[in-house]
Amino acid sequence: MVRLIGVGGTQVSMQRSLHMAEVKTRSWSDVDAGHPTGKKPVPEGLWVRCPSCSSILFRRSLENNLNVCPDCEHHFRLSGLERVQQLADPGTFVAMDEELMSHDPLEFVDVKPYPDRIKAARKKTGCNDAVHCGTAFIKGRKVILSVMDFTFLGGSMGSVVGEKIARATEAAAEENLPLIVVAASGGARMMESGLSLMQMAKTSAALARFDEMGGLFISVLTDPTTGGVTASFAMLGDVILAEPKALIGFAGPRVIEQTIRQELPEGFQRSEFLLECGFVDRVVHRSDLRSEISSLIDYAGK
Amino acid sequence: MSTTYTLPFEEPVVELDRQIEVLAAREDAKGLETELDSLRRNRDSLLQKIYGQLTPWDTVRVARHPNRPQTADYINMICRDFRELHGDRTFGDDRSIITGFGRIGSFKALIVGHQKGRTTQERIACHFGCAHPEGYRKALKKMKLAEKFGLPIVTFIDTPGAYPGLKAEERGQAEAIAINLREMSRLKTPIISIVIGEGGSGGALGIGVADRVAMLEFAWYSVISPEGCAAILWKQANEETNTLAATSLSLTASQNMKNGIVDATITEPVGGAHRDPQHAAEQLQKWIIDSLRDLERFNSRSLVERRYEKFRRMGSMTTA
Ligand SMILES: [Zn+2]
Repeated sequence: MVRLIGVGGTQVSMQRSLHMAEVKTRSWSDVDAGHPTGKKPVPEGLWVRCPSCSSILFRRSLENNLNVCPDCEHHFRLSGLERVQQLADPGTFVAMDEELMSHDPLEFVDVKPYPDRIKAARKKTGCNDAVHCGTAFIKGRKVILSVMDFTFLGGSMGSVVGEKIARATEAAAEENLPLIVVAASGGARMMESGLSLMQMAKTSAALARFDEMGGLFISVLTDPTTGGVTASFAMLGDVILAEPKALIGFAGPRVIEQTIRQELPEGFQRSEFLLECGFVDRVVHRSDLRSEISSLIDYAGK
Repeated sequence: MSTTYTLPFEEPVVELDRQIEVLAAREDAKGLETELDSLRRNRDSLLQKIYGQLTPWDTVRVARHPNRPQTADYINMICRDFRELHGDRTFGDDRSIITGFGRIGSFKALIVGHQKGRTTQERIACHFGCAHPEGYRKALKKMKLAEKFGLPIVTFIDTPGAYPGLKAEERGQAEAIAINLREMSRLKTPIISIVIGEGGSGGALGIGVADRVAMLEFAWYSVISPEGCAAILWKQANEETNTLAATSLSLTASQNMKNGIVDATITEPVGGAHRDPQHAAEQLQKWIIDSLRDLERFNSRSLVERRYEKFRRMGSMTTA
């Protein structure tokens, strides 16, 4: 069983059933980022270089700052669990459908067998697949929260990710809760080919039903969100938020450069560009995400 | 029928084709019927043999054959009184998706299909079958029209993928496709789709969320093109890696049927649709009419319900 390192140093076991969900705490306080929790999913060196401004940062103080560079506001990528910790009220996240596992239905031939890739990703991340779904509270408001994990095979969407997003959507519909999905993905997972492609239709269809019954879906786009994930549920939010300077698009920048045979303009496919083009409602600093989301929930009366 | 473009594995047929052509052109051809017939039979059995053992990568090549019938060709061969409808009412008219009303058998329908173009000029105007966001938005606008007037929708899928370009991104390629997926899943009218050539990823699915989905025998349908897959996994796309990728991607009609992604395979004439477009069109028309007739049993509510369940079930996984 996967164990989630809970905020405040306690271990919260990932419960399977939504219906078994019990509220651990119902906190109105923001996550206190000044108290980082015990183990980190990926322990690394003490110092980190900011890829944006090249500042050398003390890892601990970077973590205390929500993994945002204090010098240039660069938003570092987060693992799924880190994201859950940052967004949910401490100890309130109760995972569901963690038992769903990818296998190799197409017997995909690759330089490295797909089952080995999955195994390695599980070991690296401590997660079963590229998304965590569950119930949680955000500033005291109960939500269904789905968080993608880019560190797991590039956050790619195969059958499991599609199924979990669809189930999360159905759970939100059933319990009349707001649905929050934090996207971070390179797109559909190649190793499940057509089956991955169909997850785009599956998740979008589930959202159609949720929409029909008046559900609130807030889509949060983070770096990077591309391909089949952008071209399905991620772009279907009633409100679409994006973290600053996140890469968001359908085709990857390299593919586009090859097609048009010219360099892409500065800032192309970044959050601010999408805002300007009309495809994102708000670009939101990581430290404001909780208050943004809770405010939107209130406006929607959910 | 002779083709100006020969696929590498069709080489053995070329000589036979040439002999048939020479013989048939002779003034005394009438007296040579027996000989001609036997040559044709030889050619067809050779073709049958070759096409019976195509690798997935070969299949992709057939699907891209320059003489392969396209949406506009099928519309010509299948539809009566076709009335093309243009424009997305917002930005423009994308030529890489054709939409319009047409009669197929006793059915009035809305036809939607990717169009690649034949001549160089056409192909450029159609962006080689790669639609921009306005193409997907046009398709949806017309599909809503079909829903309003109770017409079934028939879509022809034939695209290497949605256009990967600067303008396409600016105008919201991802959003346009996502909206189509969501809206098609709840359109209260029958929808059937046929992958007639290339079924490239989200750009294909963007007009492919249907009650019934079929593939022509030598079409392909997958999450990515073999070249795209090869470039990512093997770091280069060449004959060898493309062959590997095409095999891995389970992109043929039979594999997609096995995986529950498509419902039917439509048999192509011997040697592929490009050798006998008329015959291919007849098969296609038969499947369309049969499917539309079959879907008449359902009211719009149960149609939408069943469409949802169909896609909801797709995928394959285990539990820990
Ligand atoms: Zn920095």
